[in-house]
Order: sequence, then C-alpha cells, then structure tokens
Amino acid sequence: MKVFQAILGFWLTAVILCAFLFPIVPEITRWYEFPVIPGLEQKARILFFHVPLAWTSVVGFVVSVIFAIRYLRTKKLDDDIRSSSAAGLGLLFCALTTITGSIWAKFSWGSFWNWDPRETSIFVLLLIYGAYFALRSSVQEDDKKATLAAVYAIIAGVTMPFLMFVMPRIIASLHPDPIINTQGKVSMNGTMLTVFLSSLAGFTGLYFWIYSLTVRLARLEFKRSSEGE
Amino acid sequence: MTLVQLTASGLRKDFNRRPVFSDISFQLRPGQTLAVAGRNGSGKSTLLKIVASLLSPTAGTVTLTVGGNEVPARWMFRHIGMVAPYLHLYEEFTALENLSLIDRIRGAAHTAAEYEKLLAMVSLERRKHDVVRTFSSGMKQRLKYALAWMERPGLLLLDEPRTNLDADGISMVRSLFEEQRRDGIVIVATNEEDDAVMCDDTIEISAPRRGGMPPPAGEGS
Amino acid sequence: MKKGGFLGVTAAVFRKDTSSEIRTRYALNALFLFTVTTLSIILFSFQSSTVPVQVHAGLLWVLIFFAAMSGLSRTFITEEDRGTILLLKLSTISTPVYYGKLLFNVLLLIALTAILTVLYAMVLPGFIVLSVPTLCISLFLGTVGLASASTIIGALIAKANARGTLYPVLSFPIVLPLLLTVIRATTIAMEQEGWDAAMDEYRVLISYILAINAASYLVFEYIWKD
Repeated sequence: MKVFQAILGFWLTAVILCAFLFPIVPEITRWYEFPVIPGLEQKARILFFHVPLAWTSVVGFVVSVIFAIRYLRTKKLDDDIRSSSAAGLGLLFCALTTITGSIWAKFSWGSFWNWDPRETSIFVLLLIYGAYFALRSSVQEDDKKATLAAVYAIIAGVTMPFLMFVMPRIIASLHPDPIINTQGKVSMNGTMLTVFLSSLAGFTGLYFWIYSLTVRLARLEFKRSSEGE
Repeated sequence: MTLVQLTASGLRKDFNRRPVFSDISFQLRPGQTLAVAGRNGSGKSTLLKIVASLLSPTAGTVTLTVGGNEVPARWMFRHIGMVAPYLHLYEEFTALENLSLIDRIRGAAHTAAEYEKLLAMVSLERRKHDVVRTFSSGMKQRLKYALAWMERPGLLLLDEPRTNLDADGISMVRSLFEEQRRDGIVIVATNEEDDAVMCDDTIEISAPRRGGMPPPAGEGS
Repeated sequence: MKKGGFLGVTAAVFRKDTSSEIRTRYALNALFLFTVTTLSIILFSFQSSTVPVQVHAGLLWVLIFFAAMSGLSRTFITEEDRGTILLLKLSTISTPVYYGKLLFNVLLLIALTAILTVLYAMVLPGFIVLSVPTLCISLFLGTVGLASASTIIGALIAKANARGTLYPVLSFPIVLPLLLTVIRATTIAMEQEGWDAAMDEYRVLISYILAINAASYLVFEYIWKD
C-alpha cells in the first residue's frame, strides 16, 4: 500500500508537471513539445484533467453497479458499503467533471452550458447519482436501503449505455475530439498521447486509492454504529 | 392437505444491526403446536414472518419439508395459511370476491359451493356480497380465517388469533385449531395465557441483552 | 408453476388490479384531471401562436411522461400502503405479480396516450402528422417502454418514503434515452411520409424495451423479498 501511494504520488506529480509545463508549439522540434490544435491552443491542456475525471466518474459508476450485483447475490452489507462508496466517489468526480468542463466551455464556446451530447450525458450521470442517494436517504432500514439502491444502480446501468448511443445521434457535438477527430486522424502527437494516457492511468489509480480509504472509513463507521452508541 | 415438517435453526433477526432476537430453534412435526410468547416488541410477529418466508432472517434457516423433500423458500407460501393483524384484505372487493381473486392468484380454482362453505364456517354467508370496507374489524378477522383455511395449509400461522373476535369467533378459532392439530402444524404468537396453554409447547422470546444492560425500551432509533 | 399455470396467475393478478381500479378509480381520476389541467394550460399559453413541430412532439411526450408519473406507481404503492402485499406474497411468487402489474400499467398508459394524442391533435391545430403509421408505431413503442420503466421504478419506490417526489427523480434519468428517441420518432412522423422513415428509432426503442424488461425480470425478485 505504502509503495503504491509513493508511486501514485510521483506519477501524478510528473503528469501534472508535464501537462502544465510542456510548451505548445506550432512546429515540433523537440520530444517534449505539444502540437497546436487549432481552436484550442493553451486550452487543450484541460484534456489532461477533464477527460480523466470524466473517465473516473464512469469507472465509479461501473464499480458501483458491479458491487450492487454482488450485494444482491451475497446480501452482505459490506458489498453495499463498497457499492455506495464507489457511487459517492463517482458523484464527486462527476461533479468535478461538470465544473471543469463548464469553466472550459465558457472560454471555448462562450457559455457555461450548451447541452452538448456529452454535457447532457454527464449531466444525466449526475442525476442518476443524485437519484441514487435520494433513494438511499429515504429508506431507514439498512438491508432494504442496500437492496433498493442496488436495484436502482443496476437499472441505471442497463439504460445508461442507451444514452451514450442515442445522444450523439440527436444533437451535434461541439466537443473537440483530440484523440480521433472527424477526419479520423490523430491530432495529438506521441508526447501528448503519452501524457494523456499516463494521466488517465494516474487518475484511475487516484480513484482506487481514495476508494479504498472511503471503504475503510465506511466500514469503521458501520462497525461503530453496530456496537451501539 | 399435505403433511409438512418445519425446522427452524439458529434464527436471528437484526434491524439496523440491533438484534431483535437471536438463536431461536425449534422443530415441528404434523400434529404439533407451538406458542410464541414475549412482551410487545419482542419480535413475535417478526419471527412469524420469517417462518412464513415473508422476511429473511439475518442468520439461521427455516426449512419446510414435504415427504422428506425440502420446499424452496419462494414456494413455501403454498403450504402456509396465515392470519395476522398486519395482513390486510382488499377492502374494495366483497367477501366472496376476496376469496375467488386470491384463489385464482394462488393458481387454484375452488367451486362456488366451496366458497360458500368457507364463508359459512366463519359465519359471513349473509354478508358475502358486501364489500369488505363495510365490515367490522371482527368480520375482517373472520374473513382472514376463511382465506387462510381455503387451501387447507399444512402450516397454520396465527398472530394474535383472537384479535377483535367475539365469543362466537373465538370458539370458531378454537375448533379450527383443534381441526388443524390433528395432522397439521400450528404456530400461535400471542400474549394471551389462554392461547398459549392450548399449545403443546411454548417458546419465550426476548431481545438479547448487550453487556448486561437491559435492552433499550421504546428508543426508536 | 404447477397448478393454475404462470399465464393464468398473471391474468388473475391483472384482473384483480383492473377490477380494483374500476371500482376505486384512484389512478383513472388522477390521470383524467391531469390531462384536462395540463392540456388547458398548454392551450392558454399557446393562444394562436404557431410553434415548430419539434416543440409539439416534445410537449406531447412531456405530457405522457408526467401522466405516467402521476398514475403508474399506484399499482404497487397501494398494495404496500394497505398491507395487501403480504396477502399476495402468501399467494404466489414474484414473477406473475410483476407481469400482471406490468400488463395493467402498459394497457393503462396505451389508453391514456391514445386519448391524450387525439385530444392534443384536436385542440392544437399546429399538430399535423404526415405519417400516421409512424406516429402510431412510435407512440406504441414509446408507451410500452415508458410503462416498463415506470413499473419497475414504481415497485422500487413503493418500498421507500417520500415517494411523490422520488418517483420522477428516479425515473427521469432512466427514461431519458427512451424519451429522446421517441420524441425524435414523433418529429419524423410529423415531417416525413412512410412508416419506415423512423426505422433506426424503432430499433432503439425495441432494444430499450427488451433491456429494461430483462433487467426488471432479474431484479424484481429482490424487491419482492423483504
């Protein structure tokens, strides 16, 4: 665990330094330079934070659904603790995604919110997380709360892919697609891609580290409340 | 009626991790009757619901066997008749409709004459076409007996069997009880001494104590 | 099931719910009043102004969605509130109860959608449909999907508190993909001729219906127990 934390710390520091300090230049001559993406310029740097955040909020959702399924099979409250912790953290990352995206949209598209398909999808994910916790808070009894929440997570897990599929067909996307753009060519160079993928890996690691802490905390709280006041 | 055997072992139920009761075991063969006693809130109804498989226990198992074969929990209802204050009837339907609707949902089809006979048994034959909403609480209780008795269940669960009943009703319950104990099982949850003495055996349930302190009474957390 | 048969029991549950509704009219009254109120509000606010087709398609589905939200949770809530759910649990297993109630909700919502659409077309002259078959297929698929999602969420919230507000909150993110697709299909019905113009939308709607029903079938058992 200690080793993992140390590696994660170094890793993310490196990613952040590279993401902020590597220069963006029109003609790439050195290995540590990023290419200019037309229309994005310096604003392209959000890619290294915003996209991994969005990715982890989806990971949180998937982890939550997996443990929801496991809870229904085992009926062990520990699985519910894992499921709800994953959702709680997913909610946090989802909110951060929305905020970072909005700030960026203000400077790139001129307004904080544009109902772009991905904005809408992340908004719906936020709604699902919100509904999930609203449902939890409206049930008092532990087992029942866990069961109902798990059922809701599973149903949301079944319908969410439809949204991902339907949304882009209905509303034209404003989102820059730096990995593969409309012409199907990669506008990132190797360095940019490496930093981006490292950031993705780093944020995923960060997610699971915070996740393990949250689960430990929730277990302690659970244990304390079972032992009486 | 099919003969059933009931085994409960190590039953424990927690609500929000607070134990209601723990370590309850018993075994009943056809012809045996059991009274469940305990003060209000001790979990008599919870135990009955667990036995009826309406609620899952936190720990322990309930097994119902028919001719040596275990009945899966989701099918146990077929061998169970239950009368309880928290079991409610469809008030917008008449007595007869309640019987026939539930009968169909059970997947059975008794004849009109059989419904008549059941209603006569609980002395409701003259009110069979009245909607249950207009019934007194004693009449509703009688109709619950008719419903529980319809399938001649191997296991009869009675929670506070004499609730709202008059002397006539109580003697009807008593004769049903005697009829059932000939080859079936009866479990009665009760506070009344009279009900308990009818049964072969009595278990007293009370909340397990924590650290020598009495269980918190009326502290609804 | 050994005796009675699965279909027979499902039909029995459906028949019980139908006769109960005919006798009490809780859902019917709520739905009728809802339809009258919302349609008149729309009528007052539009006056004689003309609005784009997409607005009509969207508005129609907003009406249907909220109508579903006001009526379809009742079938489970009423069993839970009156304590009759235990009687059902002592009478049968989970699946026929679920399908009986699903059937009831689907038919109720289909009837409601038909009435709403006809009324909408009558009072709002701007609602012009080029392909009636496309409209009918879209309305049918959309209604079945919406009723399926509403039924499982209805079963879920029947076990919770604060249901009135919780029902639309839980349902909206679940049915949004369906609503977006069916609004699009309805728009196509108003703009293009030929029943197959909205083929892609039909495919999405049918897969949605299959997916949500498969999920409901698997999870309802867990809601039912306890």
